[in-house]
Amino acid sequence: MAEEGKFKVTIDGISIDVAPGTTILNAARQIGGDIVPPAMCYYSKLEGSGGKCRTCLVKVSKGSEKDPRPMPKLVASCRTTVMDGMEVQNITSPDVIEARKGVVEMLLINHPLDCPICDQAGECKLQDLGYEHGAEQTRYEFERRTFERIDIGDKIQLHMNRCILCYRCVYVANQLTGRREHGVIYRGDHAEISTFIERALDNEFIGNVIDVCPVGALTDKTFRFKNRVWFTKPVDAHRDCPTCSGKVTLWYKGEEVLRVTGRKDEYNEVEDFICNTCRFEKKHTADWTLEQPTDVDKDSVITANHYTVFNPPPVIKKNPALQAANEEQLSRTERLK
Amino acid sequence: MQSLSNRKKVIEQKPMTFWERMYLPAIAKGLGITIRHFFKKIPTVKYPEEQRPYSKNFRGQHSLKRDEQGRERCTACGLCALSCPAEAITMVAAERTKDELHLYREEKYAAVYEINMLRCIFCGLCEEACPKEAIYLDGPHVTAEYLRKDFIYGKDKLVEPVFDIKNLKQETTN
Repeated sequence: MAEEGKFKVTIDGISIDVAPGTTILNAARQIGGDIVPPAMCYYSKLEGSGGKCRTCLVKVSKGSEKDPRPMPKLVASCRTTVMDGMEVQNITSPDVIEARKGVVEMLLINHPLDCPICDQAGECKLQDLGYEHGAEQTRYEFERRTFERIDIGDKIQLHMNRCILCYRCVYVANQLTGRREHGVIYRGDHAEISTFIERALDNEFIGNVIDVCPVGALTDKTFRFKNRVWFTKPVDAHRDCPTCSGKVTLWYKGEEVLRVTGRKDEYNEVEDFICNTCRFEKKHTADWTLEQPTDVDKDSVITANHYTVFNPPPVIKKNPALQAANEEQLSRTERLK
Repeated sequence: MQSLSNRKKVIEQKPMTFWERMYLPAIAKGLGITIRHFFKKIPTVKYPEEQRPYSKNFRGQHSLKRDEQGRERCTACGLCALSCPAEAITMVAAERTKDELHLYREEKYAAVYEINMLRCIFCGLCEEACPKEAIYLDGPHVTAEYLRKDFIYGKDKLVEPVFDIKNLKQETTN
């Protein structure tokens, strides 16, 4: 029996006591590790998110202590709250793995294979999901739907081709701005996210739609094609910002700050939403107080060729005498040409 | 000390005899060996005029390929640079404009693409990593240069020339 006022839930054989009203997904996140179902649309900081993408499907093999019957179908773990004595199967159930593979295939029906071009590649959750659960080839034989690129304001670019309709950006726009300016129009297969008649969003926090987007549908125009994510080095930094918390991640290439994003945790969710000034306008090291290199998952491509210390010692020591000699030799050879 | 392996050879040193001290027979013997080599088959070839057959999977200088419409295939995705164990490849990406549609295959292209041939170890991992079949190590040997800076090959040396049927005809008629 669980503690007083708490529900005991068992996920893949691991038990935990959680408060009533917790979803299965959040209970799994409290345990952590491999048993956490992936989530494309659920975002813990956004109210009402979840239930759209179906990647977090799990099997409930025992409903509760009082009613031990299993649930008849797989359920979306981000929207199903736990019951006392519930038993959930995630990676231990072949049904769930099979269903997730189907969901990934479904999400990829209209998603273009333009990862070599996409700025999100390397930190894209759909890429990870496709890598882990996806089929090698698509069975879809029809034309993918295509759209023209749209500029939302001068800093954000919308690639509707890549959108998987997770609605996260819609919730960001609704919950951070006073008015409803951003939404999904049309239905079913024709649905697309849009600003009302492509009107520019000018809220001070609207840049966060870039951070919440799990794919490359909403990207930073100031970073467009500047560099690939895995060649840049993330560094945690903060500044005294009057509008937001000012805690960000700076993405360095050499001495240059290429891009500023919110700090993301292991589930790709930002800790604090940051304002547009921090995101788009403060791109000098002088604007920020640097903390430490961001801790990146060791399996991530972003860690490639990066060091965990700020100023790693140079591979070759500087030798002014040798440099002078080389220069002299070069000028001599040039003269002989 | 006693040898453990028993494979040690003891060299015996004796004083030279009269014939040995004259050196003449030794000189004649040495010249004989030298002259014998004049009549042997020469194992070397006169590269670059003459070339030995190459293996089919020989990896030489890189070339950046074009597609069937003559557009550059490279989209500057950076996977070659990521896979490169010698860190020889660098690139700068740029966005294709409306009037460059016939030049580049994708929305993004490599404005600058440089391979440092001194760093490159010709392992062919870039070729394997490329998702667009844009880079192949199908060229000849990388030639020698006088200066280190000349080993940094840019797009002028790497991109393959546009296929032109007229040039092909000339080559065959000559």
